[in-house]
Amino acid sequence: MATEGQQHPIGMYFWIWGLLFVLSTLSYMVDYMQYQGYLRWSLILLFMMLKAGLIVAVFMHMVWERLAMVYAILVPTLAILVLILLMSLEGDYVFANREAFFSDWTNFFTPVSPHH
Amino acid sequence: MAEAELPTGLKGLTADWSSDQRAFKNVPWGKAMMWIFLLADTFIFSCFLVAYMAVRMSTTVDWPNPSEVFALNVFGVDVPLLLIAIMTFILISSSGTMAMAVKFGYEKKKVPTFWLLVATAVFGAMFVGMQAFEWTKLIVDEGVRPWSNPMGAPQFGAVFFMVTGFHGTHVSIGVIFLIITAVKVRRGRFDNGDPGFMTGRKGRYEIVETMGLYWHFVDLVWVFIFAFFYLW
Repeated sequence: MATEGQQHPIGMYFWIWGLLFVLSTLSYMVDYMQYQGYLRWSLILLFMMLKAGLIVAVFMHMVWERLAMVYAILVPTLAILVLILLMSLEGDYVFANREAFFSDWTNFFTPVSPHH
Repeated sequence: MAEAELPTGLKGLTADWSSDQRAFKNVPWGKAMMWIFLLADTFIFSCFLVAYMAVRMSTTVDWPNPSEVFALNVFGVDVPLLLIAIMTFILISSSGTMAMAVKFGYEKKKVPTFWLLVATAVFGAMFVGMQAFEWTKLIVDEGVRPWSNPMGAPQFGAVFFMVTGFHGTHVSIGVIFLIITAVKVRRGRFDNGDPGFMTGRKGRYEIVETMGLYWHFVDLVWVFIFAFFYLW
């Protein structure tokens, strides 16, 4: 079994480590600055994917691996996106039911109701 | 088939998968197997995090604000997520020392490899200690339980303890294996090709890289937990 081993200069590790540091600081600032809504969520996701990408690609060496192994690992992970879609539909549905029925719904049509 | 003749890129992808006997060329079998284990572990953590998403989406009671729950009071000032930020930097640093340990391992330099593995283990142990402190603070001081808490949605505790508990367990197991690997490096087991404790196979420095893959995975999971649970 031939392996070339890791022949990377040590500076590379410090660069990536520094980048991860910076991205983590930026992630933390999103909370410290109390950004809200879509800006908050998109920044959180962006920094998260950048950090994850750096760790997988460089530290876990994927950038230098043969595509057979890269795809064998990364492609099945995409199935998780399907799970996220299905479970978000589920979550919305459960929420809607709780709002509708764990309330004073038996008196929904009663004229003298405190809600209307 | 000589390794030098392997096609690269997408041609290599189809050639590898359609080839005889072994699809993962040029990698030690331990590395390929560790990757497949990590893929399975990815699905397990994804199930937990997606469940967290579903639970948080469906609660009619407000979810506790992590900025406030995980704030630390230092010198009279409430700093949000301070402990979590420190834990993140510790884990990133441990990934850095691990990557360097792999590099020196392949160069067969026992002493720096040993010390870098030890440093990684120490960082990992610090992380677990801080997580244990966080758990103690939440359970004892804040009254957080898996079934209720004074701050908001009752599922918060169950999700928090489950996700961080599984992650912390993975870190702890990693620390143990890091120490074992460090000792084997120090004793020159990988130079001599001594068989391992539970196997007849020869030890070699690729094992340091395999260990590294597991450790980077632990850091990777934390990146997602940090983003989805603490920041969101």
